[in-house]
Amino acid sequence: MDLFCKAQLSLWLVILACLSTDAYAVIASEKLNQNVTTANHSEFKTLQKQFHSGPEVTKACLECHTEAAKQVQQSLHWTWEYVQPKTFQTLGKRHVINSFCGSVTSNEPRCTSCHAGYGWTDMQQPPPTDETSVDCLVCHDTTGEYVKLPAGAGHPAYKPMESPAGSGHMQAPPDLTSIAQNVGHSQPANCGSCHFYGGGGDGVKHGDLDSSLVNPPKSLDVHLSHDGANLTCSDCHTTSGHITAGSRYQGNAHDTLGIDVPGHTDMSRASCESCHGPAPHDKAKLNEHVDRVACQSCHIPAFARGGVATKTWWDWSTAGRLDENNKPITLYDENGHLSYLSIKGDFHYAENVTPDYRWFNGTVHYTLQTDTIDTDNPPVQVNWIEGSAKDPDSRIWPFKIMHGKQPFDTVNKTLLVNHVYSPTDDSALWSNFDWAKALQAGTTIAGQPYSGQFDFIQTEMYWPISHMVGPADSAVKCSSCHASNSRLNGIPDIYIPARDHSSLLDKIGWGTALLMLIGSAAHAGGRGIAAVRRRRKKS
Amino acid sequence: MSNVMVFKRFERFWHWSQAALIFFLLFTGFEVHGTYSVLGFGQAVQLHTTAAWALITLWVFAIFWHFTTGEWRQYIPVKDKLGAVIYYYAVGTFTGASHPFKKTSLAKHNPLQRLAYLWLKLMISPLIWVSGLLYLFYNQLDQIGLGNLPLEWIALTHTAAAFLMLIFIIAHVYMATMGKTPLSLIKPMITGYEPEQEDAAAAPQQHNEETPS
Ligand code: HEM
Repeated sequence: MDLFCKAQLSLWLVILACLSTDAYAVIASEKLNQNVTTANHSEFKTLQKQFHSGPEVTKACLECHTEAAKQVQQSLHWTWEYVQPKTFQTLGKRHVINSFCGSVTSNEPRCTSCHAGYGWTDMQQPPPTDETSVDCLVCHDTTGEYVKLPAGAGHPAYKPMESPAGSGHMQAPPDLTSIAQNVGHSQPANCGSCHFYGGGGDGVKHGDLDSSLVNPPKSLDVHLSHDGANLTCSDCHTTSGHITAGSRYQGNAHDTLGIDVPGHTDMSRASCESCHGPAPHDKAKLNEHVDRVACQSCHIPAFARGGVATKTWWDWSTAGRLDENNKPITLYDENGHLSYLSIKGDFHYAENVTPDYRWFNGTVHYTLQTDTIDTDNPPVQVNWIEGSAKDPDSRIWPFKIMHGKQPFDTVNKTLLVNHVYSPTDDSALWSNFDWAKALQAGTTIAGQPYSGQFDFIQTEMYWPISHMVGPADSAVKCSSCHASNSRLNGIPDIYIPARDHSSLLDKIGWGTALLMLIGSAAHAGGRGIAAVRRRRKKS
Repeated sequence: MSNVMVFKRFERFWHWSQAALIFFLLFTGFEVHGTYSVLGFGQAVQLHTTAAWALITLWVFAIFWHFTTGEWRQYIPVKDKLGAVIYYYAVGTFTGASHPFKKTSLAKHNPLQRLAYLWLKLMISPLIWVSGLLYLFYNQLDQIGLGNLPLEWIALTHTAAAFLMLIFIIAHVYMATMGKTPLSLIKPMITGYEPEQEDAAAAPQQHNEETPS
């Protein structure tokens, strides 16, 4: 081989190598360390001291981050108030009733343990205005040591506490100094410290958000997994000036903007299309589904998949039953999940739950304290979703539908504010086990009109499923929907091959085919008999 | 005693590959319809679509062949002997009468076959073809101004056409066994040749048989 030939060959090899996907993969697999910063907080003099409270730490943070508290105080994480842009209902945790613990109002110090601040003890008042009441650490702690007290209105422990209660084991309070010196970008564990524990425990509320997402295997969540895209919550829930993208009150059910180039449409990033584009499949037929089917419907085959169960039924009406010694009762089901608590009533928990599917255009309505409910046709929809086949903005979405029974006013026909927790007196259900007293107290605190007559009514509540996206090969199979026992059996006004057919056409079709077969057989039989007869006659 | 070529090489190729494709399309199509589950829906759709494209290609060639060879004239309906052929299938075949029609390379279909195949080629196949393509390109129909056509109509038309095809095939396959022997009509479609001497020898015999009835 002469030199020229050799040179030509090696040139081709180089080009081939560059074109091969392997070469591309090497380049693409180099991930940025997202936690790199230009500041080492432990070197800052202002953080090198003993802190005695959360607000003290915040004060130190604000010396440099002068605008941070003002920004946080504009955010939903702070105001807990959201005017729904389509329905104009005033929503947010401050106002809504849900089908878990009911309402924040009247249970403040417990519920506001998940407020991004300190000391919000009265929902009838706006959150505290003092900038030092903003809690920087709950979102920016990287040590995992910062824990808010369950009923401390947002404060962590400042002195040793017995944990668990009654165990005699004393737990030292978090070391605020070391925590402050190690702050960084928010990680799933930060967001999860509230969002994974909604409804009173790990995984209880959402079903697609629980502690298994802190370090998930790729099979559970391709986005958050370190073996997967290794993203954090805020990579999709883009945050700018402490305002975070994404909403469950007004969702984006059909992102038609496609891939967001950084610097463009950044605050719409909490959608699959923002990264994957509007036609992400190799197979055209699959891309032809995305106008009517949300990505989540196929790519989240089940929720509560990470080993943490989610609550699917909560019957408050049975709460308050005590044992023969007047002590609260705790019961478990055969899987070891709670099934009864005197303070909360009966539950069902479930894992690997197949979602329910509904048309959804992103708009969610709520039954507020002031709204009249239709008590003749339960279940009452604590919230309900908009969407239909006719609406081009609607797609088929997966939901966790929470079921249960909740107290309502039989005269005024409203859902009632449920006073479950009180640190100071015995007005609340969890100390008195007396519904009449608890509802009287709750409605009084909330200023909700109450006739004094109550009963329990079955309710349901819709929770869109958007997390726990599995790898492509774990996506729901075609035949899970395209079959007579389809996952989409409840979805109206759309023809789904193999799910739908005209039974009249089928009857006529198969009937005629059968007649044709029988007719042919009879004709053949007739010919056979006639032939035999002719032969007999001849002989 | 000479054998006559009635089905040319292309014609036989066309017939049997079409038959195979249509059986396959029926099989996969009714899985897509939800009648049974063998391949799995996704696989069934993919194979159905591939086979459909093969069938369309075949049809394009067949149409070209029919027009360039003039063979399309074989399907022009004729009245002559139509009654006799119908009478044969309804009565004569039981009494042992001979078939009133004799295949030649100029007229290889009897008058009833002409009508049946014309119905197949002008009604059933185009109906399947058009509804199938509309089904396949459903998401692009707005580009040709058919965006308001409900999928349900397309699917039901396609299903109805598939039933028509099924019914046609049952009748067609049965009638194909109605020759002297069950295979005597099928053989020419395989070999291409119509054995003339058989018919010639058989004809007088049948006369005798016809008289007693
Ligand atoms: C031009 C040829 C054909 C084309 C382009 C075609 C195309 C299609 C398409 C796109 C579907 C729907 C698949 C989906 O759900 O995505 C379908 C379904 C179906 N096809 Fe075909 N097809 C053809 C020929 C045939 C033939 C020859 C038969 C049977 C004789 C047949 C029987 C069926 C049946 C029964 C269904 C199910 C319909 C339903 O339940 O909705 N197809 N076809």
